[in-house]
Amino acid sequence: MLGKTAGGLYWMFRYLERSENTARLVEAGQRIALTRSSSAEAEWASILAALGAKAGFDAKYDATEPQAVVDYLLRDRDNPASVMQIVAMARDNARTVRTALTREVWEAVNECYLTLRDVLARRVPERDLPEVLGTIRTRSAFVRGALHGTMMRNDIYNFARIGTFLERADNTARLLDVKYYVLLPSALHVGSTLDNVQWETILRAVSAEGAFRMAYGGDTQPLDIAEFLIFDGRMPRSLKFCVRKLSENLGHIAMQYGARMQSQEAADALTAHLEGQTIEAVFEAGLHEEVAGFIRDLSALGRQIEEDYRFIA
Amino acid sequence: MTKPAPFDEMLVGSDAFRTPYQTYGSWFSEQDPARLRKKAREAEEVFRVTGITFNVYGREEAAERLIPFDIVPRVISAREWTRLERGIEQRVRAINAFLHDIYHRQEIIRAGRLPVEMIARNEAFLPQMVGTTPPGNVWTHIVGVDLVRTGEDQFYVLEDNARTPSGVSYMLENRETMLRMFPELFARNRVRPVSQYPKSLRQSLAACAPAATDGKPCVAVLTPGIHNSAYYEHSFLADQMGVELVEGHDLRVVDGRVAMRTTQGYQPIDVLYRRVDDDFLDPLNFNPDSMLGVPGIMDVYRAGGITIANAPGTGIADDKAIYSYMPDIVEFYTGEKAILENVPTWRCSDPDALAYVLDHLSELVVKEVHGSGGYGMLVGPAASKKELAAFRAKLTARPGNYIAQPTLSLSTVPIFTRSGLAPRHVDLRPFVLVSPDKITITPGGLTRVALKKGSLVVNSSQGGGTKDTWVLED
Repeated sequence: MLGKTAGGLYWMFRYLERSENTARLVEAGQRIALTRSSSAEAEWASILAALGAKAGFDAKYDATEPQAVVDYLLRDRDNPASVMQIVAMARDNARTVRTALTREVWEAVNECYLTLRDVLARRVPERDLPEVLGTIRTRSAFVRGALHGTMMRNDIYNFARIGTFLERADNTARLLDVKYYVLLPSALHVGSTLDNVQWETILRAVSAEGAFRMAYGGDTQPLDIAEFLIFDGRMPRSLKFCVRKLSENLGHIAMQYGARMQSQEAADALTAHLEGQTIEAVFEAGLHEEVAGFIRDLSALGRQIEEDYRFIA
Repeated sequence: MTKPAPFDEMLVGSDAFRTPYQTYGSWFSEQDPARLRKKAREAEEVFRVTGITFNVYGREEAAERLIPFDIVPRVISAREWTRLERGIEQRVRAINAFLHDIYHRQEIIRAGRLPVEMIARNEAFLPQMVGTTPPGNVWTHIVGVDLVRTGEDQFYVLEDNARTPSGVSYMLENRETMLRMFPELFARNRVRPVSQYPKSLRQSLAACAPAATDGKPCVAVLTPGIHNSAYYEHSFLADQMGVELVEGHDLRVVDGRVAMRTTQGYQPIDVLYRRVDDDFLDPLNFNPDSMLGVPGIMDVYRAGGITIANAPGTGIADDKAIYSYMPDIVEFYTGEKAILENVPTWRCSDPDALAYVLDHLSELVVKEVHGSGGYGMLVGPAASKKELAAFRAKLTARPGNYIAQPTLSLSTVPIFTRSGLAPRHVDLRPFVLVSPDKITITPGGLTRVALKKGSLVVNSSQGGGTKDTWVLED
């Protein structure tokens, strides 16, 4: 398999994962704007921050007006991470690696692009937003379904999965990085109206409100949310779940190629670190420092994978 | 004076069908037009979702376009095809013999059958290839011979494509689409299959592997990348052959071989089916600014480390000025008269021919010697006075750059329109594979059709469409 193809698959699935994640964050923001308009502006600002889009947005707009944020995140050509731009890049990568994909996967990506190009051709009116966000998520789910249902479980599949989990871990970590202060125990004592809103955003953004209720019951404690997002190995967007998968997928490649690479060591170390930690120890040492460290390690892992498997010359 | 109507391949008069079309015709007459319209839309949707697109240069908005597909097939009888096949094979053999000769002893020039200027001042002649013999002495691994028809038995070769003929993916996808849309038609007609093409291509390429090959030949397709107009076809062929699709930046010369960067290190390639022009193939030997090629590949090639398909320098054989000598070339190398006729051609480099062409400009088609894709040509009868005057000036300034041909009355095959069947002009590009021991011609080829009424330009870049092409079993 060509190094370029491995890289193309990895990025294709990173981009698809990111587009889905952005749609989910927009959905969370929209929900809060509808239910608790007083805190909407701050929420939108933190969503922009979690997506790394705050600087770009502020350069273009003077105020954090919801319509503008939604437009910027979904379809703005000036935002290289807007859903439309990202899906176009995912499709370009899919075209590059076309020979590695089944017809089903290719057609799902192509249709995802063609559909979004239509629904995002113009500014999305507020009343259509839920439907459009739903379309983004379903289209991305179709690609995932085609991948699981039709692809051989070989290096091609594993590189696709590595892209997915690396991006997903990064997204969850960035959300925690932006929101860590509302999860600190001290937050309980700050301010009068302790904002469940903020926790709600976090859970909605990872599509895990229901799962969290099941796991922890009705009593929402910030510490529990942090534990859930970092350590719950059953939760498919938790950091632990994602790094375990990264170790696993890299392990499959190592087995197929008969060679263990540095990236495997790095992923295993990251997994071991999370396996050995508890939420109490993390709070002791500082949630913010822990998350920032994780983001750094993850991006180093990404670079190591690129190098080990010769994504670029 | 009215011009006689062009030869229609399907209809005789208004409602009788020519023999090869009889089964199709009776089926067609039974169909509900509304259902056919629905099928036509479905076919278009298949092409859209599959991503069978081509890129149009210089139009950002419509960067990717579908080539319109017409649901009425073009049908060729077994008898018609047999003759074409013999003619094509003869011509392709002659082209390969010519290429070998022209880069070695140049007997044809010594014999006085081809003027030396045709080679000496021709940009398509690659001095780097002089004295080189490609593995298996195959020069044109893949050839597309463009044919037009003017009557029951009148076929002409319009041009030879000896560099990197494109369109074969449309031939294959058109058939797939027809099979999906109208399975019942294939139960009624015995149509010779085309789907073996990718397999034949791979075998044919592998049969041309260089001496350096160790074990099973490794074949790869070289593409300029996703922004190339024919990228879809490049990825389609690589996928169908089960080989890697590489770009210049995936390749480098390692230990005297051209190797591709895989996830497990560099792996040598034996046969490279390149869809990159000669000029961009090797920045060390040709265009130094090229980012699309592989530095040093020509040195590896000359040392027998890789097969490049088609061989560099084959453009000299499909040059339009050389084209006019093709009947002589066929006779010189095969000792037989050419089975397929050439369109009569005036070489404007010749003063008498130029004078004739300038006098009859409004009746002729004038083409650039090195042009392709239907660009830079003049269709006299369709041109305005202003266009004629502008072209006259270009022609006078650089006569050697042009050839002229009579405006042929190209045959028509109907397309399916809102108001029923409507005749449109067509051409045909059969695809030919050459290996050291045999020449394989896929039955049929790509039929291109001008969608505008009366238009003679069938190129997809200029609004042409395609049809499935059937060669019937005997």
